[in-house]
Amino acid sequence: MTKQQDTTTATAFSLICGLEIHAELKTSSKMFCGCKNDPFHATQPNIHTCPVCLGMPGALPVANRTAIEWVIKLGLALNCTINLFSKFDRKHYFYPDLPKGYQISQYDIPFCEDGYLDTPEGRVRIRRIHLEEDTAKLQHTTVDGKKVSLIDFNRSSVPLVEIVSEPDITTPNQAKLYAKKIRQILRYLDIADCDMEQGGMRLEANTSVQSEAERTAGTLPAYKVEVKNINSFRFLEQAIAFEVSRQTAVREQGTLPPQETRGYNSAKGETFSQRSKEEAEDYRYFPDPDLPPIRFTPEWIENQREQLPELPDSLLARWETTYGVEPRFADSFVESQTSATWLEAVCNETQQANLKPNDVVSAIHNKKIVSTTGDAPEKTIAAYQALVATDAVSESEVTTAIETVMTANPDAVAKYQAGDTKVMGFFMGQVIKELGKKVDANQIREVLTKALS
Amino acid sequence: MSNAPTLLANSIATLSHLLSSKQCSAVELVTEATQAIADCDGTINSFITTRDPAELLASAQKSDERRTPESSPLEGLPYCAKDSYVTEGIQTTSASAVLQGFIPPYTATVIKKVDEHGALLVGKNNQDAWGHGGSTENTDFNPTKNPWNTAHTTGGSSGGTAASIASGMAVFGIGEDTGGSIRNPASFCNLSGLKVTYGRVSRYGTIAYASSLDTVGPLAKSVEDLAFILQAMAGRDVLDGSSAHETVPNYAEGLTTSLTGKVIGLPKEFFSDALNPEVTTAINQATAVFERLGARCTTVSIPLLEQAIPMYYLLALSETSSNLARYDSVRFGAGRELFTPETKRRIMLGTYALSAGYADELYKKAQSARTQLIAECASALDQCDVLLGPVTPGPAPRLGELINDPVQNMLADLFTVASNVVGIPSLALPAGFSEAGLPIGMQLMGKKFAESTLLNVGHQFQTATEWHTRAPKMLGGEA
Repeated sequence: MTKQQDTTTATAFSLICGLEIHAELKTSSKMFCGCKNDPFHATQPNIHTCPVCLGMPGALPVANRTAIEWVIKLGLALNCTINLFSKFDRKHYFYPDLPKGYQISQYDIPFCEDGYLDTPEGRVRIRRIHLEEDTAKLQHTTVDGKKVSLIDFNRSSVPLVEIVSEPDITTPNQAKLYAKKIRQILRYLDIADCDMEQGGMRLEANTSVQSEAERTAGTLPAYKVEVKNINSFRFLEQAIAFEVSRQTAVREQGTLPPQETRGYNSAKGETFSQRSKEEAEDYRYFPDPDLPPIRFTPEWIENQREQLPELPDSLLARWETTYGVEPRFADSFVESQTSATWLEAVCNETQQANLKPNDVVSAIHNKKIVSTTGDAPEKTIAAYQALVATDAVSESEVTTAIETVMTANPDAVAKYQAGDTKVMGFFMGQVIKELGKKVDANQIREVLTKALS
Repeated sequence: MSNAPTLLANSIATLSHLLSSKQCSAVELVTEATQAIADCDGTINSFITTRDPAELLASAQKSDERRTPESSPLEGLPYCAKDSYVTEGIQTTSASAVLQGFIPPYTATVIKKVDEHGALLVGKNNQDAWGHGGSTENTDFNPTKNPWNTAHTTGGSSGGTAASIASGMAVFGIGEDTGGSIRNPASFCNLSGLKVTYGRVSRYGTIAYASSLDTVGPLAKSVEDLAFILQAMAGRDVLDGSSAHETVPNYAEGLTTSLTGKVIGLPKEFFSDALNPEVTTAINQATAVFERLGARCTTVSIPLLEQAIPMYYLLALSETSSNLARYDSVRFGAGRELFTPETKRRIMLGTYALSAGYADELYKKAQSARTQLIAECASALDQCDVLLGPVTPGPAPRLGELINDPVQNMLADLFTVASNVVGIPSLALPAGFSEAGLPIGMQLMGKKFAESTLLNVGHQFQTATEWHTRAPKMLGGEA
């Protein structure tokens, strides 16, 4: 039996996947110093630097309060518990893009824990959300014929939020939906731009395939493969799908895939091995003595929760109930609070004008009318009304037009009378063309049907 | 080498008066300093970098010109700073070959503050590299010799700072104390030195040894002098997240308050066989003086003091293994292979204490013990106003004794590390001399942010004794 025919084995292994998402926060200054936070648009390398983010002797970090507040907001939006006592820890390893020889991150008491995000394919639990500093950016190039690595510290110490999910994701599509939703919320809260091409948002998938037996016993497979450096949702889906096939093939042979880190080659549509992860690296975490621990009061947390804007899912649901607007039309307007507020105003005014908000919104969505966020709602409604406005036609004008068309198309008439009702569409088009005006199609159809019968 | 009385031998108060009444000038002071350096530093070796004499003269002239009746007591006074404080445009090495030639792009907050008060930086002092040592022998720039006897060490790690002041090259200095590094050399050189409460003075621009233990503090010839310097140094710095919000009191105020009714506690754990009998004698004499001044001396017990050395070394070495990780020669500095054997030893031990499988037993346990020691000290300080104890097990050892015996080297910190582990302030001041003519110091420890109390008790002691007024033979003293 070839693998293609062995359908029992093919469905016997199922995906177990967790995502780690890093996003750069768009605070004005960096995470631990006052340098400008602008790694992507700086005109030169190494212009937004100081002794702190360069790891100079004697420099000290001071935490960016706004970054912390934004992480709390994110945690609350993702239904997390906020730890009232939290701290920063030092994570040690050597690499040229890490000036201090350690990254200031969070180890065992992250700001947020135990949240969740609902996707159309089910709930994904969130294990933790923490704050850390980004590394500098390495550029491998040739200078004067010599191969060199250049380091740009504009990105060093930019605030990075890390969102770690539980391995609840079961399909490549769900991974994509989850990641897209995370981006939507980050943008909606206006705390991150998530420009994936620039690395403003980075995706990593931890994947394994679980056997029937493991599924029944409720145990996780004894390995996982990390896929890194994926910079689009499409590639995320493809990479995970590839891993499912690759790992399934290995497991079907009776062995476990090696625990390792793999990259994704989008040109080939394949993952490839990067390094073995048999042993976890020892980062020698300890609490950063330069940064006093952070303590929140329950009152302050509740205050933050109250200040949260209504989130996209809730908005779409409410617009459907209150205004009858279908989510597929309103979806693009929940990318930012500005556009959401605007759309709500349009819906409200439309409803008050005794028109159907769903019609207006779908017209905007389908670009049938020219309307953008910020336009006065009256202007938008007027544009819609102009779109659907019909000219007045008299009965005799309609009758004349129908007679003209029927006379010109005797074969089509015959077809219709023989039972081919699809021809109606042709007649509708011809009659409307003949009239040369914007007409109410329903009115025409009624009269035309009678005339043809 | 002149034996004539020097201007720089005067106290800050006296010099401030002489300067404001135009009886002397800052130009004269720096001229004297430059001459002393030229005459003696070839032998003493207290400086790694000295400022260009012409530049120094120019800044002295500026100081004299800008003087007003409102000028700070520090205006125009030559001072020195341990080479662990970054100074923009001036080489800063932490006495390590790894930073030889390193010119920082910025200046430490404490230097800025002292400069704003008009004091004149004369040079950057030799030290034990990275703070790793108690004798200024773990340096890549040759050991500093003790001005009282050049066959002996000057103590450390702020040894160069103490030696400069004791040999008349500066009026005062800025040292750094992580496990005794101000108090130890102060005691070996017959000076007064203050380890402040953790967070009292900004650490921004201080090349880190152990981040939760490092403190920035003054050395000078008297406790009264320290009060003036501390006034300029203390206070909150937004660039240092660990710096305290505590308001800065007037430290000169209350120096002369009577000691009647003050209780001085002597921790019995400090008075063991490890202590040189000459030190015990000096402290006993001191208690007699305190009692004559109206204070009551009593014994207290702080059992965990006996674990202070393992606590300190596990924490300090862990933190230093982390703080030195940035010296990878990528952005600045020379290669890591240039770390001295003592520094490499400390990095390895610290890395071990933090490593998987050992961190719980070593680093974490030390942190838990630390919490308990903090509580024990607080409890002892509830029963008394200050604690009194020795600074070092004996007077300054001979050169070569400690650096070649790593364990003895660590044990030299026996009495000083507890203050750093707990974060409380501690004042070291002269308490006598050994038979061989070497200075012996003692320390007063207090509650957090109680520098005023320590300065008061110390100053009153100095009004009733004259140990601190003695100068080494090289300056015309009798020793």
